[in-house]
Amino acid sequence: MTRRPTRLDKKFDILRERTERGTLKAASSNRALNKLASNKLAVLGLAFVTIMILASVFAPLVTQYDPQKVDLRMMLKPPSADHILGTDKIGRDVFARIIYGGRISILVGLGSALGAALIGVSIGAYTAYKGGWLDSTFLRISEVVMSFPQIILVLMLVTILGQSLMNLIIIFTLTGWGSLYRLTRAQMLSLREEEYVQALRAFGLNTFTICFKHILPNALGPIMVNITLSTAMFILQEAGLSFLGLGVPLNIPTWGNILNVAQDLRILQNYWWVWLPSAMTISLFVLAINFVGDGLRDTTDPTMQG
Amino acid sequence: MPSQEKILHIKGIKTHFPVRKGLLRTVAAHVKAVDGVDLEIYRGETLGLVGESGCGKTTLGKSIIQLVEAVSGQILYYEGEQTFDLLNLSPEEFKHIRQKIQIVFQDPHSSLNPAFTVFGSLQDPLKLYGVKTKAERRKIIGDLLEAVNMRREQMDNYPHEFSGGQRQRIGIARALCVNPEIVICDEAVSALDVSIQAQVLQLLQEIKEARGLTYIFITHDLSVVEYISDRVAVMYLGKIVELAESEALYRTPRHPYTQALLSAIPIADLDRKSERIVLEGDVPNPVSPPSGCAFHPRCPKFKSLSEPEKQHCMGESPQLSDATQLTQPHLVSCHYPN
Amino acid sequence: MSADQKVLSVKNLKTYIYVNNRCNKALDGVSFDVYRGKTLCIVGESGCGKSITASSITQLLPKLSRIESGEIIYHSEKGDICIDQLERNGPEMRALRGAEISMIFQDPMTALNPVYRIGAQISEGLKYHSKNTLAQLKQISIELLQQMGIPLAAQRVEDYSHQFSGGMRQRAMIAMAMSCKPKILIADEPTTALDVTIQAQIFELIDELKQRHNTAVILITHDMGVVAELADHVAVMYMGNIVEQGTIDDVLRRPAHPYTEALLKSIPILGKGKQQQIIPIQGSTPDPYQRPKGCQFEPRCPYATEQCQIFPDSQPISGTHEALCWHSEKVLSHA
Repeated sequence: MTRRPTRLDKKFDILRERTERGTLKAASSNRALNKLASNKLAVLGLAFVTIMILASVFAPLVTQYDPQKVDLRMMLKPPSADHILGTDKIGRDVFARIIYGGRISILVGLGSALGAALIGVSIGAYTAYKGGWLDSTFLRISEVVMSFPQIILVLMLVTILGQSLMNLIIIFTLTGWGSLYRLTRAQMLSLREEEYVQALRAFGLNTFTICFKHILPNALGPIMVNITLSTAMFILQEAGLSFLGLGVPLNIPTWGNILNVAQDLRILQNYWWVWLPSAMTISLFVLAINFVGDGLRDTTDPTMQG
Repeated sequence: MPSQEKILHIKGIKTHFPVRKGLLRTVAAHVKAVDGVDLEIYRGETLGLVGESGCGKTTLGKSIIQLVEAVSGQILYYEGEQTFDLLNLSPEEFKHIRQKIQIVFQDPHSSLNPAFTVFGSLQDPLKLYGVKTKAERRKIIGDLLEAVNMRREQMDNYPHEFSGGQRQRIGIARALCVNPEIVICDEAVSALDVSIQAQVLQLLQEIKEARGLTYIFITHDLSVVEYISDRVAVMYLGKIVELAESEALYRTPRHPYTQALLSAIPIADLDRKSERIVLEGDVPNPVSPPSGCAFHPRCPKFKSLSEPEKQHCMGESPQLSDATQLTQPHLVSCHYPN
Repeated sequence: MSADQKVLSVKNLKTYIYVNNRCNKALDGVSFDVYRGKTLCIVGESGCGKSITASSITQLLPKLSRIESGEIIYHSEKGDICIDQLERNGPEMRALRGAEISMIFQDPMTALNPVYRIGAQISEGLKYHSKNTLAQLKQISIELLQQMGIPLAAQRVEDYSHQFSGGMRQRAMIAMAMSCKPKILIADEPTTALDVTIQAQIFELIDELKQRHNTAVILITHDMGVVAELADHVAVMYMGNIVEQGTIDDVLRRPAHPYTEALLKSIPILGKGKQQQIIPIQGSTPDPYQRPKGCQFEPRCPYATEQCQIFPDSQPISGTHEALCWHSEKVLSHA
């Protein structure tokens, strides 16, 4: 009865042989980065996200068309050499609109995520460190915000504040800080018991310095992951609202606004190139961000070995 | 040699933690972690504070340095002619006193901030205590690292680059950076490997002599305490049960608990195998300690007492008092000490 | 049954760990024997390989590790079994674990499952290794708890682990380990997480069980005091090697390896007072990925010479005593 060699055995043999010959590469200084690089989905996602962001930022270099320019002679033309993704109802180039629309969609997603992080992290860090009634008050507030159906809250606020890009970001920020607050709070609650925190308190350092300068950097890993994932979520929300016509004003191209025309059954059935590329862009971009987020989470989670 | 000059006087300190229960989080009971401790600490001595987990030794240490809040009692700190009550300080006095008492922690892994270099971790306290320029701070931290047998350049390294023993040295350097008078060592060597433990113990001794420090040495390891302490206080369920000169305590323990504790220690010496007194049961819950003497349910002596004596133990909590009337006080809290 | 009947022989065992694409030679040629009814203490500092030795014997190694070479032979009543040749989770190995070789772990707080009753956990092993009815199993659990000195065992058997204190959980763990009357009991730092007065209770119990059932005990510890109290044989480990082994008298009275000698001098001993000299070992344990070439202790060793650049052979001191050092004669005469 002997043991069968397994897949791992081969890997072990190689490692052992290298060690004995002394040719094993010294472990690279950044283990986290290595781990991310070995996660194929995350690398693929990162590549896609980077390409999309670069394309949006340098949109004028990618396409010569103006996304706003109406060309009534070229209405609803299918993809061709001139217009690679065709044109829409009033003859605007769909490819140009997607590329330019990326600017706004990504801005809304990232901007809202950062805004939510700013609020969530600062409240979460401070109140969790202080504890007591301050902590429980904010915990209740976040519970109220999170238990309210978000879409209704957003619809209400859009009606009150009016439709504009800035308002949308503000609304997303105000409704979306809860999850980051909770995450930060949970991190702080465990970190504040660490002995180095007690040592700092024993020196009589003030709360702000201890909390934001000394403890918070240790919680940044999971927070960064959450910001990434929130970005994806806000992009989806923007798309949803814009589809309903309640998001960014319709004259500004965004991925959601492009989709808006798909409300028309005639377009949905006959002119797929008007809406399908945009829908796919949204899905792929969100998927890619999620891959990156998952990859980041695995690298920051020390319990995941491999 | 320790002087007879008092530096710290702890009077009737009680530290209770509320136990909250139910939907409204009402206080259901209190964990009496420290339940009335009186202790005098003399300048230049090392006071060992020993006991099992949950006996309140760490809470007592943290109450002294006010990382936890005592509910009643007084902690008097003497500086020259002045006396400060640590529990009633003005903000300016508070900052001044913070500097005088420092603490070294147990866990070499959580006691340093992983996100900062040694310099980054240590410079904020120095800033707070008025070291203005960066060059000065670097010099002070470098000197401290050398004082704990490390290299100056290591101040720019991150904690994960150090071994457990080195981290503990950095922890000591951090406590020393504001020139304290009293250093509380909370299980400072317990998490270290034996060979490293000896290095750190020796370092602590050297530093104490060089700087004339006073140590409060909290540990569960009685062999280490015997080696390092001048006097030893044994705690059980939030109270001190015996307090004496280290030698007297180890040679002639008078409280039945101290006796059992000492006999339970495995000794790394084949020629001195003592008779083990095995205590029955576990340490009671500090939420509701037994009536009278808290040790009576486990006390090996209690069983051999007569009925009225048993009633006495169960009914009345013994006071810490001098049992021997010798030149050196040997305080015991037991109705029928040995 | 002869008094020194071998139950387990480990010969030149090498176990390597492959984490983060590196190879750590955690055990690099370890040999020892375990005798029926005797306690072998494996003592050493963290990272010396003492726990890996235990998990090699039970084949409970982490996934990214492998027994490279050497033999682990279990001398069962039905003949010798080469444990190292068995499939890690194969039926033969599982038949051994628990029934013949069982283990107690360091942390009694996490070693019990909080959602099952104590009794059910104790008899879990028996359920697989014997044919008992449920009522019989429960009766056995109660008896085992009684043997472990837990009062009101008949009631406590229905409790969950959170209702037990640390000392009682470790007793329950021992009850679980002893349930199938194993021939070998491996205790990996069984009292490190417990208080001294509780530790004394547990040691008393292990000693008593050893005598009653003639079990061989492998006790892994870092505490020389524990060794002195409990061991019949001692193996001192350093950086993946057993640097010295012998009977307790051999090793503690006549240390022949510089590491053992230094270790004994570096610990304060209760009762010797403030005047005792403790001499720390210089330096720190080397990085396991950048090991010294020859003798692993050479960089910290006061006896080191040129010769120590070559890995030493085992030097027999007496019939029961051997040390892994070129200079053991010098160490012996020095002490």
